[in-house]
Amino acid sequence: MSNGHGSYGEYEAVIGLEIHLQLKTNTKMFCSCAVTFGEEPNTRVCPICLGHPGSLPVTNGRAVEYATRIALALDCGIAPHTIFHRKNYFYPDLPKAYQISQYDLPLGVGGHLDVEQEDGSTNRVGITRVHMEEDAGKLVHAGGATGRIHGADYSLVDFNRGGTPLVEIVTEPDIRSSEQARSFLNQLKNLIEHLGVSDVNMEEGSLRCDANVSVRRPGEPLGTKTELKNMNSFRFLARGLEAEIERQLSDLGAGEKVRQATVHFDPSTGSISVLRSKEEAHDYRYFPEPDLVPIVLDEAFIEKQRAELPELPAARKERLMAQYALSAYDAGVLAGNRSLGDYFERVAAEGDAKLAANWVMGDFSAYLNAQGFTVDESRVAPEDLAELLRLIADGTLSGKLAKDVFATMAESGQKPGHVVEERGLGQISDEGALEAIVAGIVDANPSAVAEYRSGNKKVMGFFVGQVMKETKGRANPQLANSLIRRALEA
Amino acid sequence: MSHDVYELSGIRCRGLLESGQASATELVQVYLDRMRGVDKQVGAYLLSNEEAALQQAAEIDAKPPEERRPWEGVPIAVKDIMATKGVETTCASRILSGYRPPYDATAIRKLKEAGLIILGKLNMDEFAMGSSTENSAYQPTRNPWDLERVPGGSSGGSAAAVAAAETPWALGTDTGGSIRQPASLCGVVGLKPTYGAVSRYGLIAFASSLDQIGPLTRTVSDAAALLGIVEGRDPLDSTSTGLREPIRLPTERDLAGRRFGVIKEFLGEAIDSGVREVFNDACKTIEALGGVVEEVSLPSVERGIAAYYIIAPAEASSNLARFDGVRYGYRSGEGEDLLSMYTHTRSEGFGPEVKRRIMIGTYVLSAGYYEAYYGQAQRTRTLIVQDFNRVFADYDYLISPTSPSVAFKLGERTADPLAMYLSDLCTIPVNLAGLPAISLPAGFSQGLPVGLHLISPHFGEQALLDAAHALEQKFLLEARPNLTEVTE
Amino acid sequence: MISREEVEHVARLARLHLDEEALERMGSELSQIIDYVQQIGELDLAGVEPTMHAVALTNVFREDEIWKGLTQDEALSNAPNVEAGHFAVPRMG
Repeated sequence: MSNGHGSYGEYEAVIGLEIHLQLKTNTKMFCSCAVTFGEEPNTRVCPICLGHPGSLPVTNGRAVEYATRIALALDCGIAPHTIFHRKNYFYPDLPKAYQISQYDLPLGVGGHLDVEQEDGSTNRVGITRVHMEEDAGKLVHAGGATGRIHGADYSLVDFNRGGTPLVEIVTEPDIRSSEQARSFLNQLKNLIEHLGVSDVNMEEGSLRCDANVSVRRPGEPLGTKTELKNMNSFRFLARGLEAEIERQLSDLGAGEKVRQATVHFDPSTGSISVLRSKEEAHDYRYFPEPDLVPIVLDEAFIEKQRAELPELPAARKERLMAQYALSAYDAGVLAGNRSLGDYFERVAAEGDAKLAANWVMGDFSAYLNAQGFTVDESRVAPEDLAELLRLIADGTLSGKLAKDVFATMAESGQKPGHVVEERGLGQISDEGALEAIVAGIVDANPSAVAEYRSGNKKVMGFFVGQVMKETKGRANPQLANSLIRRALEA
Repeated sequence: MSHDVYELSGIRCRGLLESGQASATELVQVYLDRMRGVDKQVGAYLLSNEEAALQQAAEIDAKPPEERRPWEGVPIAVKDIMATKGVETTCASRILSGYRPPYDATAIRKLKEAGLIILGKLNMDEFAMGSSTENSAYQPTRNPWDLERVPGGSSGGSAAAVAAAETPWALGTDTGGSIRQPASLCGVVGLKPTYGAVSRYGLIAFASSLDQIGPLTRTVSDAAALLGIVEGRDPLDSTSTGLREPIRLPTERDLAGRRFGVIKEFLGEAIDSGVREVFNDACKTIEALGGVVEEVSLPSVERGIAAYYIIAPAEASSNLARFDGVRYGYRSGEGEDLLSMYTHTRSEGFGPEVKRRIMIGTYVLSAGYYEAYYGQAQRTRTLIVQDFNRVFADYDYLISPTSPSVAFKLGERTADPLAMYLSDLCTIPVNLAGLPAISLPAGFSQGLPVGLHLISPHFGEQALLDAAHALEQKFLLEARPNLTEVTE
Repeated sequence: MISREEVEHVARLARLHLDEEALERMGSELSQIIDYVQQIGELDLAGVEPTMHAVALTNVFREDEIWKGLTQDEALSNAPNVEAGHFAVPRMG
């Protein structure tokens, strides 16, 4: 096994990705049905997305805007004149028996995304094209044992998803390892999250990824590629790529050639299955969609979409460093995840930015990971974390107590003030109150006082412990220390 | 109430309703009776909407006259290619047997909103592919002027129903002449509007870039009125524009100063002598009305049929791919797996002409052929558009016979598909260029109707109807089909 | 002339089954028609833009507003085979 970082003996892997994003529009690409997830089957459909005879598509203007923003964010050139084509093939999830897609005049061409690697280096991945199309329906394979196509007795079709606006992003074969592929996809996901035009959720299918994979000795021409289909999580993407690279290398090692094929990764077995190449190959009979008219995007439109672009991750990182005096590393982590970055900025808006960064990237992130939550699912609102940090700053809570309070907040969703009050956790910084406690302890332990005064300064720890015991740990440690010292040395 | 059904135009029906001389129920009954009397011979209707029509008529009759819309209660029939919600819509194909659309075509919605009463669905060539209505999967339609002959096609049911007075007027569709040719062969008025004037939403697509809905009527004024009801930009059809101005009823009686170009390429040897005679007489009538008639040449139109028989089948092969037995229509009981279900369904569901065109279209789009066929055809189309633009700089109208021959006998041409295709030479280039054109009854040859074909520039419908109206007043054709009503 | 293999290939692409006789007939009809339309390939049309629609429109868009669609019953009402709210099709493998 290789390490995922692109070292495959004398070979290198050459990977290009094809990513499909479902756009977060209200309605489908070519009809006015709602775009939703998880509804009852065939309840978000109409004559158009069911492909009823006579129905016609009309393009969703917002989808064109969103797709343009994606292309712009990837530094693509926007085609001044673009059209839709029909891609003809029979499949039960494709109601018209053609997909309305783009062919030789895609919306965006020639962009790139600079992907930061873990070692701090940057890998520029070229973007061949960005185009718009419509999604297919969903198939369920019923009967049989496996729930898969093969062995199923029959299949069921739900067209709720059919017609959802998709943007397809095709990269150049600039990726050399599964790890690079994963970083690329992560950063693409983050970029799209910043744009706010897609949920980019692999598990729900709003982000899907296919890969073209080949291997070669560095410097040699490209090897024969296979198409690795439909990896539905980041983990499977990396594992699937590794398995396919491994398979190709073992073919070559056995003196065989890699054959062009479509392959699937089965996460349950970790193995690759090669699909029978179709008899008729691919003959999609593309031709311009006669039911739609050309799209002419002028400078004014493009500039308007450019103006609509929010701050993108690279710029955000720079700003976070400048505005909050964060390290490049911290700023990179926070800009690398839109919602985490947003969360941080809301916390930092009300206090110490460095402290906020430490908490957001530390306890807060650990809590999300432990619970498997996204930032949005967190029970701790950013305002509440900000308040907690204020309680630390004003000395009400020690750092250690604050962690306890945070745990309670995360569990119950309560406000920090409420937790502190309910559990009587406020730090005692009242000099008078602490002085009385210290005096009591000094009076009750004459032998220890004598020992201290005879030069054994270590007994100091005993007194602090007693104060903490008496105050259930709430005594302000610095204050307690100085009060004890004053009492003993008086 | 007793009416001479041949005298009942759409406009006349409206007049009778407005003046209270007839109720909607009476009018509907007139046509249901007429259908019963002659449709066994003509075979124009695939479906009679009797029950719903009578119910709608009764509701209209129950309304106070002042609450009725202008066309409310006027009967109409429509080609079975337009989706009618809940009412079987088959495109005369077995593959759509039993299909009840869950929605109305925009043209149908407009008829309903205007209050018209739909009498039934009219026969056609399967998926509008044909020029004789012999390609219907259900029945042939016969020409009311001679029951041994075809009514033309593909809107043969619409033309025959209007000619036989089984409806005052009808809607048809025209992809390469499918309104105008049957109108010519049946002696009625047929108008193909500018591409985009009438919404195609709900029109079951044959060739999307060519299809247009239009009226078949017994008078030019009716054609104007019906176009006025159905035209309009539709947000559900990206390619629709509507007309630029509302259509008014034509009143012109002369053609003073109007310039007519006779398209030389349309008057080759293919034109029968009888048709040529009627056409020449029509040219004289134009001149008598003050028009100028000159010969013009549009060399590119000779490539029109070739371009058409690439573009139309290519688009059709894709449009008809959705008939796969999954969501609606016929599904074959044969076939264990999906692939064989698809193949059996489509092989059993489509007739021979439809299969032939799907095959042509699939062939010309298949790998390696796109540029040589489809690409070249679309470029040829550009030349045809340019040729028309060039002559329209000098002429208000272009004219030709609508069809090279009068109605031919059933079965006469079915053996030779290419010969049938070639008979559309005068009408096809008009669709390729998206122009409006009308076929107007101009006379008879061997006792059979001959149509005059007038073409005008994009959105020139009003001028087209004005000229056709002036000619109609002059032609004054009085003859009627000799149909005997049979009583059961 | 279109070969028998080509006719079979095209029929497969179009999901049509042609028996022996139909294959024969379709082959000759298709050849005749394709021969005729081939004249179009002879034209020198370099530099001529293709026409998709005779009446040229651009940028026809829809507002991103939800309209009421069909109920599940309506959606399935024309289907030859239905199960559990889905369209059912024979096994695909």
